[in-house]
Amino acid sequence: MFTRGLWNLPTHGLRSHFDELDRMRRHLDQVFRQVEPSRFAGRGAGVFPLVNLTETAEAYVLRAELPGVAAENLDIQTMGRNITISGERMIEVEPSAKYHRRERESGRFSRAIALPGDIDRDRVSAVLKDGVLQVTIPKAEAAKPRKIEIK
Amino acid sequence: MTHHDEGKEIKVGKKQEVSGATEQTRSGLVFIPAVDIFETEHEINLMADMPGVKPDNVDIDLRENTLTIAGEITPFEEANEEDLLIEYEVGRYFRQFTIPELIDQGKIDARLSEGVLKLVLPKAEKAKPRKIEIRT
Repeated sequence: MFTRGLWNLPTHGLRSHFDELDRMRRHLDQVFRQVEPSRFAGRGAGVFPLVNLTETAEAYVLRAELPGVAAENLDIQTMGRNITISGERMIEVEPSAKYHRRERESGRFSRAIALPGDIDRDRVSAVLKDGVLQVTIPKAEAAKPRKIEIK
Repeated sequence: MTHHDEGKEIKVGKKQEVSGATEQTRSGLVFIPAVDIFETEHEINLMADMPGVKPDNVDIDLRENTLTIAGEITPFEEANEEDLLIEYEVGRYFRQFTIPELIDQGKIDARLSEGVLKLVLPKAEKAKPRKIEIRT
């Protein structure tokens, strides 16, 4: 998270407690998002799939777990600083079979994520492998950190 | 085969963590994969969502009537990445089932593609229903 630098103190015992708190907070965020999605997502955008967003000096990296979603059923678009992942997860149903468990969800999804900085739209790349989508979104030149030489 | 629920919007499914630390001897998060299990006359089919697991890293074990599926994942975040938004956690997958039917162990078929494990467990001959002719 943004505050990760704070936890990088040489107190390993404490750190795991902070990690645990962090996870609890994320869990609560998710609960609130389900209860009141409009507060978190843009209009018309759902909360599936859950995403992880990270950054390096050069790019933003967006990941989502999309097991069983074929690349041809996935659509990724950028607009300004926003990226939208939409598609459909199709699950075949055996009509004559007797179902003991049916936990896997199917259906359409659309999720919009606002990136914190300007992006280089022309060089966005996406890989879907083992059910995990990874989108690499290079930062625009102006959004990259620049080291200032001290004369 | 038909597609069901066409046009339906998908619901967000939070990953379920394995509760009860006693059954795991290693550290790290462990999740319960979501599954579909359906039975036809000749076989039991199991589909499990295990995103991030490569085909080499799945372990399937059928012993007596307990089926165990486990999947190892390799962390895919690079060391130079800083977290901005973390909505899901990543960890191993583990789940066990009791299979009451007799299974033909030699004919079990397992495939993993797009992060979905598909297991076909053919029923052993004597477990199949057999129509008994009544002679008059």
